[in-house]
Amino acid sequence: MDLVFKALADISRRRLLDSLHATPGQTLGALTEGQEMTRQAVSQHLALLEAANLVTTVRRGREKLHYLNPVPIHALQTRWIAKFERPRLDALAALKAKLEGDDDG
Amino acid sequence: MDKPQFVYVTYILTTPDKVWTALTDAEVTAKYWQRSNVSDWKVGSPWSHGFAGEAPDVVGEVLEADPPHRLVTSWSPASKANDPTRRSRVTYEIEQLGEKVRLTVTHTELTEEGLASISHGWPAVLSNLKTLLETGRTIPDPFGSEAKAPAR
Repeated sequence: MDLVFKALADISRRRLLDSLHATPGQTLGALTEGQEMTRQAVSQHLALLEAANLVTTVRRGREKLHYLNPVPIHALQTRWIAKFERPRLDALAALKAKLEGDDDG
Repeated sequence: MDKPQFVYVTYILTTPDKVWTALTDAEVTAKYWQRSNVSDWKVGSPWSHGFAGEAPDVVGEVLEADPPHRLVTSWSPASKANDPTRRSRVTYEIEQLGEKVRLTVTHTELTEEGLASISHGWPAVLSNLKTLLETGRTIPDPFGSEAKAPAR
């Protein structure tokens, strides 16, 4: 989870994810074309994204294709966002119970 | 092999056998996927994906089966079972990495329509599978109000 937050805490890496979301299966060369970064910088960012499991690669012949892997983002959403919505929903349920007078108090 | 449209990877603290069972057992699939995967999982056999006791939503064929390492299935919406243009292919690869298992799901040959319905579902299915195998619990309403299960 730390790696996911770290990987997302950088605008260049988020732009690379946006690019892979728009066009899955890009090579390093194709990814570099759309960015204002050197090929080496893109490669380093991709390594970090891969370590966080946000990017996965598939070899096809001599090409290495990059894919956005949304599974950790989904986990982050269920663990960290949905969790914090819950107390608010519980509070509303309690308020409703109180106003409608169907609790013991 | 066609270029995959989607590659999903999740790392699960479990064994390849448990992942294989979780993908192929009707009762276990129902727990985290809502629908059940049903087949004898022999190459050439049919498989289906749907709510227990109801007509399936997805049908297809088992194209490769190498338990507990690799499973390849064809996917068609049940209503388009005979339309080859609506047939896609899902590959599950299960690799042991130390005490973890790397599960890779690759979805290829999807049409634009298939793509729209499928892209939201897989992350929810895979993270719920991970939660089930690691904790024995599942996430209530894994697909949320907006996301759709891959079957629809």
